[in-house]
Amino acid sequence: MDYTFHWRPVWKRLPELIEAGLLTMEVAVLAMLLGIVLGMMLAFIRMSGRRELTWFATTWIETARNTPALLQLFFFGFGLGAFGVHLSPYVIVLCALSFNNAGYLAETFRGGFQAVPDTQVRAARSLGMTWGQTYSRIIIPQVLKIVYHPMTNQMVWSVLMSSLGMLVGFRELSGETQFAASQTFRVFEFFAITAVIYYVIVKLILGGSFLIHWKFFRKGEG
Amino acid sequence: MIEINNVSKSFGSLEVLKGIDLKVEKGEVLSVIGASGSGKSTLLYCINALEPIQGGEIRVDGIDVHGAKTDVNKLRRHIGMVFQQWNSFPHMTTLENVALAPRIVLGKTKAEAREIAARQLDHVGLGDKLDTYPTNMSGGQQQRLAIARALAMEPDYMLFDEVTSALDPELVGEVLDTLKMLSEEGMTMILVTHEIPFARDVSDRVAFFRQGVIEEIGPPSQVIGDPTSEHTKQFLSNVR
Ligand SMILES: Nc1ncnc2c1ncn2[C@@H]1O[C@H](COP(=O)(O)OP(=O)(O)OP(=O)(O)O)[C@@H](O)[C@H]1O
Ligand SMILES: [Mg+2]
Repeated sequence: MDYTFHWRPVWKRLPELIEAGLLTMEVAVLAMLLGIVLGMMLAFIRMSGRRELTWFATTWIETARNTPALLQLFFFGFGLGAFGVHLSPYVIVLCALSFNNAGYLAETFRGGFQAVPDTQVRAARSLGMTWGQTYSRIIIPQVLKIVYHPMTNQMVWSVLMSSLGMLVGFRELSGETQFAASQTFRVFEFFAITAVIYYVIVKLILGGSFLIHWKFFRKGEG
Repeated sequence: MIEINNVSKSFGSLEVLKGIDLKVEKGEVLSVIGASGSGKSTLLYCINALEPIQGGEIRVDGIDVHGAKTDVNKLRRHIGMVFQQWNSFPHMTTLENVALAPRIVLGKTKAEAREIAARQLDHVGLGDKLDTYPTNMSGGQQQRLAIARALAMEPDYMLFDEVTSALDPELVGEVLDTLKMLSEEGMTMILVTHEIPFARDVSDRVAFFRQGVIEEIGPPSQVIGDPTSEHTKQFLSNVR
């Protein structure tokens, strides 16, 4: 092998890479939060059993789960572009990730709701709590606890999937790496370091997730 | 006063209550007995609007429970209910379980709500379990927690739906003792139960339900001690 490694260009660009890594985290976390809210709404719509709304939720969930993430991204990028709706790369990635997260999380949440006995709703309502109080205080906290680990997995997936963003010109971690590599021709070195940065991000998320779990969900256990 | 006038209730084509008439006065303890599927639980659910009715009306202190303009959340503050499955909220301590509704439904301050909760828990004998999570308590303790939680709303009426039938036999006594205590304090109660000797002991009246109608109602000495209906006699001889 006559390839000689040159790491100096990589170190010089490290601040930019780390900054791009932070951007990756930002967009992934935002997409996760949006995904949780939207996924919760989709789960409620599905459970409501109202025909005129359920087809919408079902279509969303089925598309998110059964088509390539790349196509979902292109839909928000080039697809909407064809209709004259031009979004910035950041918004395209945020929309596509949120759409995808919401679809997966909706099903996860639905399973979580089914695991909470509906006698809990009756007990709360019999105390005079409104529907909203019942769900926000009694049911959803229990659901979040049940679905916590699948939710963490979705968060990791959301980070990794954001790397597709470079295909719509988003300079997140992968996009930035690609850009730097093409300027310096140190392709292997750049992507090796970037892999390490992704690894660190994922570990940070898992660590944060562990702390959140410890703080909020350890209570009431065995 | 709870007034039930000619109430009928169906689940789809299954008619579960077929014209129930019943009055429960303030301070009265009414036990409801009857075979499985006779509509006892359903009647309780109708009284606090957890189930709609198809005919007749139910009034609690004059308020039409199923009236279009009735605020059921407000109504339910006056009617406590305890279920067969004790339904503790597993993500909260005992104290939080009881303090939540006074705080968010009645608008008490956090300190007031905790004080009410501590008092009610002490009342049912759980004064030393305030910071325990329900999963670490026995069924009997969790059922007493559910009673304290309902009492913390200071209801005028209490509905009990077979609160001992999911309990291990050795835990039944402590819950029945709690019910007895409430009856002695003058709480107005409707008590669905399979504990016939207990019903006889605490009730002012006993109603025997059969297939969605009240077959027989009267003082326990009559309905349990000397029933007139053949069906009542047969039911009592089966459960004894
Ligand atoms: N949500 C429901 N949907 C359909 N049918 C129901 C529902 N709830 C109760 N039923 C039916 O209504 C009938 C009366 O039920 P209910 O629970 O009131 O009886 P019960 O007297 O309390 O019996 P048990 O002693 O077993 O608790 C039963 O045939 C039951 O299957
Ligand atoms: Mg029942």
